[in-house]
Amino acid sequence: MSGAATDVLTPVLTDNWDQERSWTLAAYESRGGYRAVDTAFAMAPDAVIDAVKESGLRGRGGAGFPTGMKWGFIPQDNPRPKYLVVNADESEPGTCKDIPLMMASPHTLLEGVIISSYAIRANKAFIYIRGEVLHVIRRVQRAVQEAYAAGHLGSNIHGSGYDLDVVVHAGAGAYICGEETALLEGLEGRRGQPRLRPPFPAVAGLYASPTVINNVESIASVPSIIGRGHAWFASMGTEKSKGVGIFSLSGHVQRPGQYEAPLGITLRTLIDLAGGVREGHELKFWTPGGSSTPLLTGEHLDVPLDFEGVGSAGSMLGTRALQIFDDSVCVVRAVLRWSEFYKHESCGKCTPCREGTWWLVQVLTALEKGDGTEADLDLLLDQCDNILGRSFCALADGATSPIVSSIQFFRDEYVAHLTHGGCPFDPAAATLFAPAGATA
Amino acid sequence: MSTTPEKAGVDTVSVTIDGIQVDVPKGTLVIRAAEQIGVQIPRFCDHPLLAPVGACRQCLVDIPDAGNGRGFPKPQASCTIPVAEGMVVNTQATSPVADKAQQGIMEFLLVNHPLDCPVCDKGGECPLQNQAMSNGRGETRFTGVKRTYPKPINISAQVLLDRERCILCARCTRFSQEIAGDPFIELIERGALQQVGIYEREPFESYFSGNTIQICPVGALTSADYRFRSRPFDLVSTPSVAEHDACGSAIRVDHRRGRVMRRLAGNDPEVNEEWITDKDRFGFHYATEPDRLTYPQVRDRVEDGGDGSLRPASWTEAFAVAARGLRAAGSAAVLTGGRVTAEDAYAYSKFARVSLGTNDIDFRARPLSAEEASFLAAEVVLRGPGNGGVTYGDLEAAKTVVLAGLEPEDEAGMIFLRLRKASKPGRPGGGTRVVAIAPYATRSLTKMRGQLLRTAPGGEAAALESLSSHAEFGIDSTTVILVGERLATVPGALSAAAGLAARTGARLAWVPRRAGDRGAVESGCLPGLLPGGRPVADPAARVDAATTWGVDSLPETPGRDADAIVAALRAGEIGGLVIGGVDPDDTSDPAATRAAVEAASFVVALEVRETEVTRAADVVFPAAPVADRAGTFVTWEGRPRPFPAVFSRPTSLPDLRILAGIAEELGAMGAGHELGFRTVEEARAQMEEMGPWDGQRATLDAVPASDPTAGAGAGLALATWKLLIDNGVMQDGDKAYRATGRKPVARLGRATYDAVGPTVTLTGDRGSVTVPAEPADLDDGVVWVPANSFGNGVLADLASPGSRVTVAKGTDA
Repeated sequence: MSGAATDVLTPVLTDNWDQERSWTLAAYESRGGYRAVDTAFAMAPDAVIDAVKESGLRGRGGAGFPTGMKWGFIPQDNPRPKYLVVNADESEPGTCKDIPLMMASPHTLLEGVIISSYAIRANKAFIYIRGEVLHVIRRVQRAVQEAYAAGHLGSNIHGSGYDLDVVVHAGAGAYICGEETALLEGLEGRRGQPRLRPPFPAVAGLYASPTVINNVESIASVPSIIGRGHAWFASMGTEKSKGVGIFSLSGHVQRPGQYEAPLGITLRTLIDLAGGVREGHELKFWTPGGSSTPLLTGEHLDVPLDFEGVGSAGSMLGTRALQIFDDSVCVVRAVLRWSEFYKHESCGKCTPCREGTWWLVQVLTALEKGDGTEADLDLLLDQCDNILGRSFCALADGATSPIVSSIQFFRDEYVAHLTHGGCPFDPAAATLFAPAGATA
Repeated sequence: MSTTPEKAGVDTVSVTIDGIQVDVPKGTLVIRAAEQIGVQIPRFCDHPLLAPVGACRQCLVDIPDAGNGRGFPKPQASCTIPVAEGMVVNTQATSPVADKAQQGIMEFLLVNHPLDCPVCDKGGECPLQNQAMSNGRGETRFTGVKRTYPKPINISAQVLLDRERCILCARCTRFSQEIAGDPFIELIERGALQQVGIYEREPFESYFSGNTIQICPVGALTSADYRFRSRPFDLVSTPSVAEHDACGSAIRVDHRRGRVMRRLAGNDPEVNEEWITDKDRFGFHYATEPDRLTYPQVRDRVEDGGDGSLRPASWTEAFAVAARGLRAAGSAAVLTGGRVTAEDAYAYSKFARVSLGTNDIDFRARPLSAEEASFLAAEVVLRGPGNGGVTYGDLEAAKTVVLAGLEPEDEAGMIFLRLRKASKPGRPGGGTRVVAIAPYATRSLTKMRGQLLRTAPGGEAAALESLSSHAEFGIDSTTVILVGERLATVPGALSAAAGLAARTGARLAWVPRRAGDRGAVESGCLPGLLPGGRPVADPAARVDAATTWGVDSLPETPGRDADAIVAALRAGEIGGLVIGGVDPDDTSDPAATRAAVEAASFVVALEVRETEVTRAADVVFPAAPVADRAGTFVTWEGRPRPFPAVFSRPTSLPDLRILAGIAEELGAMGAGHELGFRTVEEARAQMEEMGPWDGQRATLDAVPASDPTAGAGAGLALATWKLLIDNGVMQDGDKAYRATGRKPVARLGRATYDAVGPTVTLTGDRGSVTVPAEPADLDDGVVWVPANSFGNGVLADLASPGSRVTVAKGTDA
């Protein structure tokens, strides 16, 4: 970490990642792991919920809903069992924080699962992991096995009288199952398609019972909040976006990777930490939180990366998946690739997403080839207007984000494809193995 | 009694839609509230009888105020949002945002739709076509590539799917799951390649599959029967009533140039809602089979110097020959079957009494008992909606419904759908509990979430009697007991049901299988009943009927029932027989019935198609099928369901017109006198004039419950009923429909099955059959077989229900 000052980093979740065999129970316990569970057990469940509320922790899966408030929605007078479901179906293009977290420190997640389940009075928790990442599934399964053997899971945990069983569930390869109600459908053994709300999962979620669904990073943040106190957590970050988060830098930076910092840090700082943009190139555009968040450009280097800051810049903080694209990248090509992803992942339930993504890809493909007219850009924008906010869930909203924002910032580049009779860029130049002399 | 809540008792909320304030019941969806002010919001996935899903997004509206002062920032699907007090809704009529949203969705729907309307069966009656015109843009902006598929694929023998037309609204899959309980079709794949699919080893074999075709908002689902047969705008539609069971389902008959092209479900919320069985939908080809009778025939009798064969005759000659023959035969009896309408039944009833001077008349072309006749007179006749009768609505409102001798999915499809709906968990009041007294838990009982009181054939009476003493069943005035016609074969069972109802205050209804049966009860096609429930044994009732009919008197002696008529014909005690709609194989003893027809000195047959009875008859009259005549069926509830004629054809006549013709000839010979009507309308008027009997009802001659262990012997007790789709002659003519029927198998208890399965040979006193078998939760002393799915049916080929059959390992043929 030469060059930039690294003292802006605040490793909490990533603190133990450099430890020898950090994923083992022994390594985790050697650094005080599972002690926050006892702290929580000494508190009343409602006090745990209050602490998380006080900490200001907001959902780390993208939407930023206050986690403690979500837990408070569980009707405790409902006689049915309560469930905690951890959304580990990390599939968004660019997003890559939960998978390394579960690889490097699965016990942080499990400790969070225990405390969170205790708080909402669940005796069964599910971790729904993206099916493609078999190595992660195995690692979490092993961690669960270790935790059971050590008495961190099962009945009468740590002698508290509290019981918890954890089920690790593998997804079957659908991006839509990251949508919480589609995830529940998948968990129940049905096709992954989002459910009609209401009823909301807090009232009738998994098996029609009160259910909390949280992202991996949200749950993994809980042990530190309970262990070190909500005031400690709330002291970091910005007024409405408290605490720390993992910022995943990928693409054209010198040192891509996970940078854990307080919310509100800027991309300028993060790029400095990452050693700058690729040698000899300039930043062209970037996503603040995965492909579903509207693109930003070099103008936005000093936007505070918190929920409010990115929102007022016209995008969303999302999952803090900062994909950095330098000037060798054709934005039309990048947007087309994302659109193909959304077309492939549309579940098919609702019309605007199913048919809209099918159509968008065809128009973008033609534009990339230099076919079509400038009027097609207005057609694209109108299609996006007819999709955004009209679909059943947010998947299709995400599909429109890169298109609308790229036309907003790079309309000339689209037009250049038409006047140039095809893509004016050398696709090889954007690759990390770009041969010398390849030019944009 | 009304089952719909009083309007005043409903909580209403006041909403403003397109600037117009309207009060609607609480919980009403916005899309239906808008209908109240005459605004039709376009929709595809929405269906009033299916749960909201919000998938197609066509019904987007703008809601600037959700009733709490705050609006929705984005357009909302009006099919999923219930109204709230003070809500403000702007539809496409007043909101440019809603209008653009709807036009956008419509454009998307058409992206992958082939727009092959000129060759599509749905073209002309297609919600997509119509709403694309009303709420879409005129020109498409899509110039790309549409998805295509090989077409069509069979999702059952009858239902075909053209996947490229499908807009994935999921109405079909939701119907199959929610309404029919047959989730054999499901959406598979994803994105634009999502499609309706089946599991390869489980075709879409549902008794209600045709409804999916009707509710498909595009031409994606078609029937093998109707596909490419005609265009909707070439069809003439006539409302009618289904003739295949006692449910009285409203149907719509679509015809072109004198030919029925298809039948659809009518919309009658009180009866069949919007659904019908596949039998009601596809079972109409029987009327155009090549063996249809189209002219009268008389036999040139050998004793009169003829060659003994039937020859065509004029109507007038046939009337005269029939009258002369019946006169010469001395005494004569009347046997009718289940296809006759209430008016026809009235004509048969009056013809027997006035023209033939006998009470020897019975409509029960099936196993029967004297106990049943008494039960019908005491407990069934004259009861109807508003007059103590149980209705479909009552089934929904009941806390418990007991089924005895009735398998509703096979024998009364609309009762099944109502009970499935009523038993849904989460309904207000907790849902209706279904208790079946049956030999095993059928799939239908599972779908009704019912509870089985496992009962071997013969044990039904004891089971019914035991119900009131078991607190767990909680039989009381909120209970409805439905008894099927099959219960007639169990001595004491109908008496036990009546007794149970009387003791507990539960309500009781009798459910026959055939469309005409209840009308025949009302019209007096029974040896002990005159029309309008007048007991023959009651002199005042006889005088009342005789007065209306303008005759001096009516025969006093109660007549013979069908079994006794058969016996008397064989014994030579009766010479003449007027028979219509009877298949000997349906009767208690097929061989005896055949012999009786043979033994009769003179037989007049009234039939739609050639049968073994018409071949043996001396005079044959072509009777009109329901499409060719007006009439009335009476539902199991006692609800009259009149229907008009679809066609006017000279080749056949209603039974009542034929009987009137014979009666006139007989009258001219001094036997009785004219019936006083020649048309359905005149018969109806006379029935109305006669009215119901307001005197003393007959009382039930209760029969003690049979000992279920009596008759036990070697072998297994035979349980049987007819499957909905079977070899019945009124289902002839549509192979694709028949192919969707359930595979006929014998069902055995596990231990018996393990000993003799998988193919078994059953032997009874009338023969032996070899059929594949399946294990089920039957007692090991019981075997179940479908009654009319192989050979000539169980009654002819095996044994009578309740009797003993032996079972042996069958040879796999």
